This record gives sequence, C-alpha cells and structure tokens, in this order.
Amino acid sequence: MSTRLATQGRLVNRDKAVRFSFNSAPMTGYEGDTLASALLANDQMLVGRSFKYHRPRGIVAAGPEEPNALVNLGVEGKFEPNQRATTTELFEGLLATSQNHWPSLEFDVGAINAKLSRFMPAGFYYKMFIHPRPLWKHVYEPFIRQAAGLGQAPKGRDWDTYEHLYAFCDVLVVGGGIAGLQAARSAAQSGAQVLVLEQTAHWGGRAPVDGGTVDGKPVDKFVEELVADLAELPNVTLRARTMGAGVYDHGYVLGYERLTDHTPDMDGPRHRLWRIRAGHIITATGAIERPLSFAGNDIPGVMLAASVRDYAINYGVSAGDRTVVVTNNDDAYRTALVLKNVGLEVPAILDARVLPVDSPLMAEAKAAGIRVMMGHGVAKVQGAKRVTGVSVCAQAGEGATVEEIACDVVAMSGGWSPVVHLWSHCGGKLFWDADWAMFRPDVDKAPIGADGSPFVSPAGSANGHFGLTEILGDAHAMGRAAARATGFTPKKTNAPDGVCLDEAPMAPVWLMPQGAGRDLRAKAWLDYQNDVKVSDVQLAAQEGFESVEHAKRYTTLGMATDQGKLSNINGLAILSDALNQPIPQTGTTTFRPPYTPISMGAIGGEARGDVFQPIRRTPMHDWHDANGADWEPVGHWRRPYAYVRSGESVHDAVMRETKNVRENLGLLDASTLGKLIVKGPDAGRFLDMLYTNMMSTLKPGKCRYGLMCGENGFLIDDGVVARIDEDTFLCHTTTGGAERIHAHMEEWLQTEWWDWQVYVANVTEQYAQVAVVGPNARKALEALGGMDVSKDALGFMGWADGTLGGFAVRAYRISFSGELSYEIAVRASEGQAFWDALMKVGTDLGVMPYGTEALHILRAEKGFIMIGDETDGTVIPQDLGLHWALSKKKDDYLGKRAHLRSHMADPARWKLVGLESTDGSTLPDGAYAVAEGTNANGQRNMQGRVTSSYHSPNLNKGIAMGLVLHGPDRMGEVLEFPGTDGTTYKAKIVSPVFYDPDGEKQNV
Amino acid sequence: MLILTCPCCGQTGEESEFHAGGEAHLTRFGPGSSDDDFENYMFMRQNPKGVHFERWRHVYGCGKWFHAARCTMTLEIFGTYPAQTLEPPPDLRAKISARRPGWSWGAVS
Amino acid sequence: MSKAVTALNGVRFTDGIADVAELPMQGMITLRGDLSMAVLKKAVKSNTGLAVPDQGQVAQDGAFAVAWMSPDEVLILCPYGDVQGIIAKLDKALIKAHVLAVDVSDARALFQIAGVHARAVMAKLAPVDVSERSFQPGMFRRTRMAQTAAAFWIADTDTFHIICFRSQARYMFDLLCVAAQKGSEVGRF
Repeated sequence: MSTRLATQGRLVNRDKAVRFSFNSAPMTGYEGDTLASALLANDQMLVGRSFKYHRPRGIVAAGPEEPNALVNLGVEGKFEPNQRATTTELFEGLLATSQNHWPSLEFDVGAINAKLSRFMPAGFYYKMFIHPRPLWKHVYEPFIRQAAGLGQAPKGRDWDTYEHLYAFCDVLVVGGGIAGLQAARSAAQSGAQVLVLEQTAHWGGRAPVDGGTVDGKPVDKFVEELVADLAELPNVTLRARTMGAGVYDHGYVLGYERLTDHTPDMDGPRHRLWRIRAGHIITATGAIERPLSFAGNDIPGVMLAASVRDYAINYGVSAGDRTVVVTNNDDAYRTALVLKNVGLEVPAILDARVLPVDSPLMAEAKAAGIRVMMGHGVAKVQGAKRVTGVSVCAQAGEGATVEEIACDVVAMSGGWSPVVHLWSHCGGKLFWDADWAMFRPDVDKAPIGADGSPFVSPAGSANGHFGLTEILGDAHAMGRAAARATGFTPKKTNAPDGVCLDEAPMAPVWLMPQGAGRDLRAKAWLDYQNDVKVSDVQLAAQEGFESVEHAKRYTTLGMATDQGKLSNINGLAILSDALNQPIPQTGTTTFRPPYTPISMGAIGGEARGDVFQPIRRTPMHDWHDANGADWEPVGHWRRPYAYVRSGESVHDAVMRETKNVRENLGLLDASTLGKLIVKGPDAGRFLDMLYTNMMSTLKPGKCRYGLMCGENGFLIDDGVVARIDEDTFLCHTTTGGAERIHAHMEEWLQTEWWDWQVYVANVTEQYAQVAVVGPNARKALEALGGMDVSKDALGFMGWADGTLGGFAVRAYRISFSGELSYEIAVRASEGQAFWDALMKVGTDLGVMPYGTEALHILRAEKGFIMIGDETDGTVIPQDLGLHWALSKKKDDYLGKRAHLRSHMADPARWKLVGLESTDGSTLPDGAYAVAEGTNANGQRNMQGRVTSSYHSPNLNKGIAMGLVLHGPDRMGEVLEFPGTDGTTYKAKIVSPVFYDPDGEKQNV
Repeated sequence: MLILTCPCCGQTGEESEFHAGGEAHLTRFGPGSSDDDFENYMFMRQNPKGVHFERWRHVYGCGKWFHAARCTMTLEIFGTYPAQTLEPPPDLRAKISARRPGWSWGAVS
Repeated sequence: MSKAVTALNGVRFTDGIADVAELPMQGMITLRGDLSMAVLKKAVKSNTGLAVPDQGQVAQDGAFAVAWMSPDEVLILCPYGDVQGIIAKLDKALIKAHVLAVDVSDARALFQIAGVHARAVMAKLAPVDVSERSFQPGMFRRTRMAQTAAAFWIADTDTFHIICFRSQARYMFDLLCVAAQKGSEVGRF
C-alpha cells in the first residue's frame, strides 16, 4: 500500500493538516502536498479509468506529464474536469472526483471493453461503423457520442474571473530549475531585464531530489541562495505557478499564471495569461522520463522511477512497500537507493543492460544490499487494480519467466526525453542523439525572429545535457549568449561547479523483452490515457500508416490531454522498428502549444459578461433602455428595434410605430450614422472618385444622396453628403460603416492620391442625431423655436445651422421614410437633453420614438434600398435600378472600370423589383423564386430571391423587394417562392415603390 | 504574432495594432484599361515563398498606411517604409539582397 | 449654461487596486495639417502656450495639452468652453494653409486611472510596454485597450489619462474596473 513516510517531505509542512475529499471520502494531507501526493498518502493509487477500455488507472508520474490522474475538481461554478492531480496543489476543502466510469471507480461496467480489447484494435471504430451507412447517424453515432469524451463539461457559469497581462523583457527564461535559474543569473548580470517562469510553486526543479553538490553545497542550498540573489536584482522578475505555455513568432510567449487555484477563497482573478514579448527566450524546460513497454505496464502501481523518488523526497510519501526497479539507465538506481534509505524494500533492480563494469551508482546500490539483475527485464506485471508482482525474464529473450518477484510498485525508467516542446513550437529543429536515445534541440536551427536572427535557446536538460556540471555550464553559456543577443554585455564569470556521480551509458529499450510475442505486445501500453498499445502501432504500420502523423491519428497515440508526453518517443520507436527504418527518419509529430492545457477563462481574459464586446452606446441609450427598447445589434452599436409598451408584443410595437410616423410624429435616434468631414482644395475631386455620382457640383447648403462602390464595382455604402462650404463636405455613412468608410477614404488618400490636398476626420460621435419624421415634424421643430424650418427657408435636401429650443443644431432636410423629415444634429453631450425637449413638445403632436424595424418598413414602403439587405457584396448599382446615380460625366470613379466587365454588364443579372404576395401574407426573407427545370447538379433552377420583406401596417399587406431575372420587364408576373416551412408562397412582380410614388409627402 | 515598426509614427507594436492590406506596389488600372490589365490589377497577386512587399495600416495607432518587406518563410521583417512611393527604397533593397543572395527588386515574377 | 454631460456622468470606481474615474467634459480639437509649417506651429503656440510636440510626445501645461497623433495631426486639449473660440482663431490664422481644425470634444470620453498599480492596470489592457523603463511622462501612445482604440499618457505621478470613443465609455469604464479588481496586483511595475 502507499502511505506517508515518517521522514522526508521537503515540500510539505507536517504541522499543517489539510482536509479534502476524493469521491466523497474524507482524506487528510499536508500543506505543500499535491493532490496526487495526498492521494498516495491516503493509499489511493487507483484514480481513474482509461478512455477506451476503461482499464483501472493509477498515478504514474509526479508532474505535468501525468496521463492518468485526471479528476473533476470543485462543484457548480467552480467545477472543472480533467485536472491533473500531480499539478493540483492541495487546499483545505478541495473536492475531487474520478472520471470515466459508471457506476463507480471500483466497479465500472465499461470495463467490459477491456475484455473485448483484442477485438477493438487501432482503427476499430473506423472499420466497424462505416457500414451500413444509414446506421451511422441514428445508431452508431449517438452510441459513440454517449461513450466519448473524458470528464464532463461544466454546466454552470464560471464564478471566477481571469485577465491578460502584456509583459516585455529582454530575456525570458522558461523553467525555474537549476538550469533556468542559472541562465537567468548569467543573463541578468549584464543588466538585461529578465523574466523567469516556473510552472510549479517551487524553484530548483528536480535537481534537489537528484542530489550532488554545487560549489561544495547541497543542491537545495544552492537553489535557495540563487533564488534569494535573483529576488534581490531589480532587473529580474521571478514568477512561480506560471507555465510557459507556448512560443510564437517574433518572441511572443504565452505564460499561464495560476493565481488562486491553490487558495480559491482569495480575491482576484483565478488565472492570468501573460502575453509576453521577449528579446530572447531560453527554454530551460527540463526532461521527462520515459516509461518502458512491457506487458501490464499500465496496472496501478507501475510508476516512473524518478516520480517514485519525487514522492518520497518531496512529499514524504511511499508509493508502496516493495518496489521493483526496472531500467535501462543509471538514474533509476537513485530511486532504489532513496527507497532503501527510508527503510522500504527494493527486492531487485532489473537492468536491461549488460555492462562490462559497474558504474558508481550501480556499485552504491549493490553496496546497499540491493540485488541487481543485469540483462533482465519484466515479462509481465501481475495484478489487476494494483500490482502484486512481476515475472522476470531475460531482456534478450521472448519473455520466458525466470523468476516471480512479489511487489506492489514497479518503478520503471526507459531513459529521458528533453522537453523540446517550447523550442519546437516556433520552428526550432531537432536531431537524434543516439547515445542517449533522444531528440534534442539542434541549436544551429533555432526559430528565427523579426530581425532574422535566432530568438530561442535551449538550456540544461532541455538541451540534452545531464549531470550537474554540464547543465550548469550550458545554462551559464546560454544566459550569457541571450544577454548578448539582446544588446547587453555579459559579465566575465564562470559557471558554478556542479559535482555528481558519473553515469554509465544507457541502452535504448523500446520493447521488453525485445522478442515479446503478440500476447505480451497487446498488453504493453504506450499511451495510458487513450489506450494505445505496442500492437496497435504495429498494426497501423502494417496497414500502411507509415507517416508518423498518420499513425498518430489512426491509433490516437499522443492525442489525449497529455499530448503524448510519455508515449510519443516510445511510440515512434515502435513505428520505426515496424517500418524497419531509423528513428530520425520517422521523425516526431508536431509540437503545438499549449504545453499543457490552459483554461478557456484565461484565453478569454477580461472579455466576458459586460465587457465581452466593445458595445457602442448612443447618448440616448439609457433613455431607450428605460423606455422599452428591444435591442438590435448593428455592428458594435445597439439600436432600439422597437420600443415595446406593456401588454404589447414586439410586432405590435413595430406596427404601431410605423403607422404613427405616417400619421403623426416619430423620433428616431440616428446618432449611429457615420459622419465624416472631408476638407481641402481637392475634396470635391476626391469625392467624385469615391461616389458613383457627382459630388463636386453640389452647392454649399445642399445635400445629395450618394452611392459608393469598391474598385471591384460592388456597392459598399450609401448615404447623404452635405456640402458645408467650398472646401468642406460632410459625408454620412451607414450605421457601423463610419470606421470602414473612413479607412477606405484614408487608404485611397494615402496610397494612391497622396498628392491630393484632402483631410478626413471622423466626427460620428461628436453628434447626437435625431430624425424628426412625420406630418407633424415641422410643427414640433417650430414648437421648440429658433431657426426657420419652413419649406422656403429649409427645402427638401437642404441643410442649415441654427438653434432649436436653445440647442445649437445642424438641421438636414432629408428623408429615409418618404415623410416630411428633418435630421437634427446636436452635440453628443446635449443629445439626451435635446431628445427630452423633442419628446416634450411632441406630446400634443402624437410623438412616439420608433426603432429600426419601423425604419426598415418605412423605407421599404418607399422602395429605398438598404445596404446589407438589397446588397450583399455581389450587387452593383445597376442591379438596383440606380443608374441615375452613376455619373456619365466623370471619366473615372471607383468601380467604373469594373462595371464594364462582361459579367457586370450581363443583361441576365437579377434586377430589383417589388414583390407583393397574392394573398397579402409576408414572404419569407431570403426565399428564392424557382424557375422551370433543374441545373447540372439536379437542383431546381432559380430566378430570383427576396432581399427585404415586411408586413406594412400602412398598406395592410405584405410587401417585399427582391432581385429577379429580367424583373423590371416582367411586371405583373407571379413567381413561386418555396418556404422552408413546406408551403409555397406566390408573389406578383410590382414596382418597388409601394407608397407615395410621386414623393409628394416628403417635399411639403 | 508579428511585431511591426510603423515608419510613420515610430512606434513598434504587435500585429493586433495593425491591419494587413495585401500586396504593395500595385499599379491601378481604371477606365480605358484592357481586360487583362484590369484583371491583373484587381485579382492577381504574387504570393511568393520568400521576400514579399505588403501593405499595412497602423489602424489602432497613427492610422497611416505603410509598406513592409517581409519573408513569408521565416517571417523576418527586412524593413518598413511609408506608402507614398512606387518602389522600395534603395537601402532596403540592398539589405534584402544581402540577406537573400540572388534576390533583386523586379526580378520576382 | 451648457447642458453638456459626459457619457457616464463622472462615474468613479475606488474599490480596487487603482482608482478609476471619468473626467469632466474636456475640450478636444483635432488639427490636421503639415506640422512643420511655421504658421501652424505659431497658431498652436499662441492658442495653447505649447509647442507642437515631437513624434510620440504630448506637451502639457495647466489646462492645455497638445498631443502628437500622426505625422499630420495633433490633438489640442483645452477647457471645454474655449473650443469654439480656439477653432475660430486657428481657422483664421491658417486660412491660407491646407488644414482641418475640428471639434471632437463630444466624440470622446476621458478617463483617469490612478494609484501605485496604475501601470499594472494599463498593462492588462494595452499591448504596450508601460513599465517605467519604457513609458515615461511626456509620452503619448495611441493603441488599443482590449478591443477598442485608445490613447493614453501620464498626466501625473502614477496617474494615466485615457481617451476613447464616447460611445464606448461604458465599455472602457467596465474594462478598467475589471482590470483594477481587488486582489489583482501584479507586483511587477
């Protein structure tokens, strides 16, 4: 059984007990424990079930590489699935539950899959469920969906907050082990700004566990002093609990800081995403131990050798009473020695190697009385939910048992792989080091930055160096080089002197025993979480999945939440062997960020709730909100769709507002319309290029409706242009179009006609603008008093400055409804006051505010087009019957050349018409008019579509506009529009102007 | 995410401050041009693997358009310069030729 | 006399790691033109007492400030009530030059973020190095803050002023409050 030791535990505080629960069972750990160490201390080795076969899964590792110990944490708004127990710091009241089983962890019905595992090899789902096709949608997929997925998605809204932080530094060091800390010091001595990120809560990495001395001091002491030194330096920032998640172009790095995961009751954001821009990056990310592939290596109790050592030394936790060590290298001997020293039994070290002489570590183990069996390995592990023993065999053979050894832990070591993830994220290349059987960074092929020089350097074991001397020497050199690379001069200092025992060479062991038969291979796990075995990878190779990327996806090797941190190298070694090619030729799969999963909350940062989007509000926004506004998003603006009164539906409100505008008086908040000042000696010439019609001939004091096309001829915007004076125009754009059209103008001015004298300014938000519309519009303005708004003083399509009700205003006599209409612009800061004044004088005139839907109906009754309804980026003015707005006098304007292209001039382009349903109903918006026959794909031919459709309360019938083949020539014809509801609508082609065709009402 | 230095305001900012505007140094063809010329101007782009001249606007900054010479393979930025020019400045061309032997302005098809 | 109100009526937030406040109506004039013209420099000087600042800088003195916006644009900050008078004087002084002077006072909102953690709050929202090493008094930066355009400068020790669109004043205020939330100290500025 696993338990707490009486000694050791450098990271835990035995004076501070911490209560937590696992699957509702109350347990106790110590401050400083991880959830994994606390579970082991409570003899909870079984922590989950695997994804495919529901095999029992125990804790394997002690760090972020852990594939098995994934738990649900918390409840309700604090619930989060798939959290690694090995990186979860224990806190008082922590609630954890295991995943992927039913009804319980101990007894899981899904484990039947394990019995069937020989019938469910790689590709099983692909092959099994492809035939018969119809069954997929209704039978197979619902069943598989039910079984798929690891953990549960949270149901409630997250209670926590998150944030981003933009940080800048000269040298960023990722990893706070001895390599990272030393590199930081060597860089910082130059004066460079250095930022150091460490994913755990502790500095020093695993060096203090592995032993040795630095400058004559124990490693622990060296780390403590080094951290204290660095903390004193003003140009160094140390950040624990912050993982370097990804390295991106031009020195961009994401850091993932976990602020309150370990103290959930603390104020402040839970996670902070550091968006770092570094001059140079040092990846001191350490190395990860590899499992060995032998039968039963997934049974709870089989663990990584160094992790067993970590639990003993860091947390004072014994993973079991009797540990068999199985290894292909010297490092695992340290585990045997540590266990022996704390009084636990190590019945044997099974060393797959055959060496001529004992290394110092081997000699030490033997001296400690540990039995060392060279040339031996594990044939298979005994046990089901917990290891009970191992069958020992010769590594060179096929697995014949030479001896059974009882034990409850198997500590395995297949060698070490440098963590090259961050080095590789942005294109750093790797090479195969045959001596250590590992991929390591090729420092001559580093990622390239903005200036064309390398911007990432690996250091320490992440760079393939093992042994304190080499690690510290490499880190020192890399730190100095990084300082130089960012323009600083490093001090001439020597690396600290690290001393540790020499190690004998390791021997690559990809399968144990090397001649393992099919039965053993089918029980030798590569990927514990996704249940991929040696036999699956061999099958993939046999079936032709020769590319490592294909084999990965076929078998799902390395596709689990741990992204193959343990399985990757072993898997591609098996694949290489099956393909009979060297490992470097097989290569690795691509390393992609993040290094370990980061929370969606951190990615979103502050952008949630009220600040999810940069919502734009007009000066009268709060009034609208208080008066029943049903909001419609228009770009980032929010506009009232209608003002709903109590007892009314939204539709009722729209009908009421639409009628009232024609009968009495309506007020529309038109502040969202874009307003651009265009000024300069060449302003007229410039606008002539931008609009399809002539603007330079407009007289000061007058307005003109204009169309804008892009250079490719399609309509992009429309609006009313007012000429302010000889040099100055004010151009209105559509709502949400202000910034786009402003940018469009600046683009042409800056990049094509830069010698023209024109300045543009966006003054959209300087003004609140109110459309005062309806037969009583003039009376309302006259009631306010001030400027003369009579027909003679301010005629249709004129504008004037003046005052109304004491407000300084600019009044435009323009109409988008066909009614008598003024648009009045006042300062934004006075917008609400002006609106209030209008509402007051309008009381006796039947005033009602109206929203965007009434606006739409009113314009549709008049046949006025709307950008975004009648246009969709493929429509040209000619399609909409707007030939009158295309100047024939101008040699050039944007879009003119494009309109001459053959497709643009094609008489078969669909043209704008009005559509009137034969029974008065409202046509479905977007519906297509069908024609005779079918096209080449067997689909019904089309001859038009509805672009806008409304019920008009003024005409008491459905009205619509649409684009129809030869439409204007087919007045009176009836078209059929199949709706998505199964009914076919019929509509007659009519003029798009349904109301007041002679325009008498707007011109009074 | 790239970093770019705006030649108009001198600020160095991350890509999110900028808006990409496609290939630089296009010649406009208006009314009177041939269909081929117009098609080339409107639609045909270089898309080279290597040195590329492109337009950027410092949309969240000074609002100005400028040009950048960038390697589409390594993302190296050779330099930026104001948009009011018909071709890249000579010193930048020399720098690129030094960094990418064999490259010269106008030699790209 | 003026009925002018700011977008958020001078709202404040003081329950976080820095104080956030919407400042009163601020006169703002966009002046576009060739900044090297002597007549323009003179007109700016005579109306504000300040020289046209260098690229990326803001000149401030009392109630006036002039910020460099782009190679052909400065933003003049002045008392709200002085705006029309100054524009008239600028137009008169620059009548022969090609310039554009326009009132944008009502198109903007002005916020202040103050306290020892002000730089940290800014660093959470703007992709700009706002550390003391890189961002100092006298500098003026146009950039984005979270998802909207903004310009900011150091108005006083530990005090940033931020200009944004008036329509997004609520967004900016809410954003600053989230970034200044209690317990969110960064400890690195």
